[in-house]
Amino acid sequence: MSDREITFAEAIREALAEEMRRDARVFIFGEDVAEAGTPFKVLSGLVEEFGTARVIDTPISEPGFSGIGVGAAMTGMRPVVDLMFGDFLTLAMDQIANQAAKVHYMSGGKLNVPMVFRTTMGATRRSAAQHSQSLHAWVSHIPGLKVAIPSTPYDAKGLLKTAIRDNNPVVFFEDKMMFKMKGVVPTDDYTIPFGVADVKRAGSDITLVATSSMVQVALGAAEMLAQIGIGAEVIDPRTTLPLDKKTCIESAKKTSRAIVIDEGYEQYGVTAEIASVIAEGAFYYLDAPVKRMGALNVPVPFSPTLEDVTVPTEQTVFEMARMLCGKS
Amino acid sequence: MTEHIDLEQSLQMYQQMAKIRAFEEKVNELYKSAKMPGLAHLYSGEEAVAVGVCEALDRDDYITSTHRGHGHCLAKGARVDRMFAELLGKEAGYCRGKGGSMHIADPDSGNLGANAIVGGSMGIATGAAMSAKMRRSGQVAVCFFGDGALGQGLFYEVANMAALWKLPVIYVCENNLYGEYTHHTETAAGEFIARAQTFGMRAEIVDGQDVHAVFMAMQKLVERARRGEGPAFLQCDTYRYYGHHVGDINRAYYRAKEEEREWMTNRDPLKILSTRLIAQKLTDASVLERIEADVNAEVEAGVAFALDAPFPDAREVDEDVYA
Repeated sequence: MSDREITFAEAIREALAEEMRRDARVFIFGEDVAEAGTPFKVLSGLVEEFGTARVIDTPISEPGFSGIGVGAAMTGMRPVVDLMFGDFLTLAMDQIANQAAKVHYMSGGKLNVPMVFRTTMGATRRSAAQHSQSLHAWVSHIPGLKVAIPSTPYDAKGLLKTAIRDNNPVVFFEDKMMFKMKGVVPTDDYTIPFGVADVKRAGSDITLVATSSMVQVALGAAEMLAQIGIGAEVIDPRTTLPLDKKTCIESAKKTSRAIVIDEGYEQYGVTAEIASVIAEGAFYYLDAPVKRMGALNVPVPFSPTLEDVTVPTEQTVFEMARMLCGKS
Repeated sequence: MTEHIDLEQSLQMYQQMAKIRAFEEKVNELYKSAKMPGLAHLYSGEEAVAVGVCEALDRDDYITSTHRGHGHCLAKGARVDRMFAELLGKEAGYCRGKGGSMHIADPDSGNLGANAIVGGSMGIATGAAMSAKMRRSGQVAVCFFGDGALGQGLFYEVANMAALWKLPVIYVCENNLYGEYTHHTETAAGEFIARAQTFGMRAEIVDGQDVHAVFMAMQKLVERARRGEGPAFLQCDTYRYYGHHVGDINRAYYRAKEEEREWMTNRDPLKILSTRLIAQKLTDASVLERIEADVNAEVEAGVAFALDAPFPDAREVDEDVYA
């Protein structure tokens, strides 16, 4: 197996290309996915290899093409639907939450919906309130969906391959700010199972459970904490649904302190769910309340000075961890 | 394509319509005697639409259905006994009791499921047509929906794509005049078929009480869809004999008893067909009575089976969440 460094966007593109070569039922469907390769250029080159019959530009009709994806998935195809901005999930929510998520159950297990909704998340791109949200908690609430939220090029490729091969609808979140991030990715075929967290850094004093873009933030904070003698363990759940509860709980039992960091709104969010899992599962081992750090409960603002304070940073995570560990 | 409908096929249509009528009358009885959990939306009066449409389809062609879907399921080939079992929430039901009246799916007969979101299956049907085209299977997909569903934006999105890409899908609009408790003139501006015509789509209006007319119109639309000539829209003017659902008894505030009586007396799909067949001396009343007796017996046996059938074990509640 040979390794090389590629970007997050390249990892996504490779996963799609390899799965499309492997399985003729896989096709890509969404706004400006073909010649334009999406506004983020993540899909550049795919239409040249696979043609417009498998990399299909749609009108600006999120509910429509999401629903068409559901019907195609139910009848023998494996669509990868591109929802350019995570904010547009709200437009397609009936097709995702009422149709795709429920068809298998409502039919008593007779119909399957093997499809992927690829979408984005993440603020600090100066895109303002309707192009910056991280809405993975919305879909993580719905039984019947699976939700993947990778934090590295390696995880992105392995998780996307798993998503495409899964027989259930998967919502796959890519942080817009991470498309250019580089990382080591093997050239050989590999997949990453859903529901298995990854320990991104080992430590014994405090657990930082972090998702997507917040993994890099947590790793940066862990580095700062190491300077003052605090060993932070960084856990990346990689999928919020299913959630690897055991790894989160076991880490918190070991360290006795935990912070959950996620870029979705803090209220009723992913941080609340994971914090409650840890609080229940590791209660007798905890030396401090489980803390949550999510996006500020405001619409994401435009001005840099306003937007930057809505998202947890290495500094704010560092300060919260230092306080929990009783070090000033 | 059949230009002439032979007697055997007409009797088959009569039998299917009679079966749906008998089925729905029994559903109403089950509701009134508190033997059925929840509600149901009865199809009585609209039988010629489901039967005329489905007679023009092959078994592996797709349909998607609605909350008022029992007729579609039966016309596409579902069994009476397993339908009743699903309505009663039994393990032997088509969805093992997980779907109920509004979600019956039977992939073996091409039924991709009924949908309780008004217009919710328009994407699914269009996607099934896209899949058929991509797989070059020759299948067509039919999307049943009511006039009320044209209030949903989804139709305009998927109809646009179906027309752009010449997908083999036929949108069958069952215009029964009322969306829930409101006449369509209060909720829909302009003509229904104009909504499809604006996409350059073939659109027709047919008498939805005349099963022959529905069948003939549908057959042409199915043939052209199979030839790759694209989607179509078929408005079937029809009437539901009962209320929006079985509990909608006092309806005078939104529709007159005289109107109901007029449709039941002079526009009944079973009467229209039987009168025609007898007038043309193709059959006689005794043949039709035998058909009715047969379907009544099938319905009685089906409901007895369902009433006796066991409920699912409560432990099955979290099965089938994921494939």
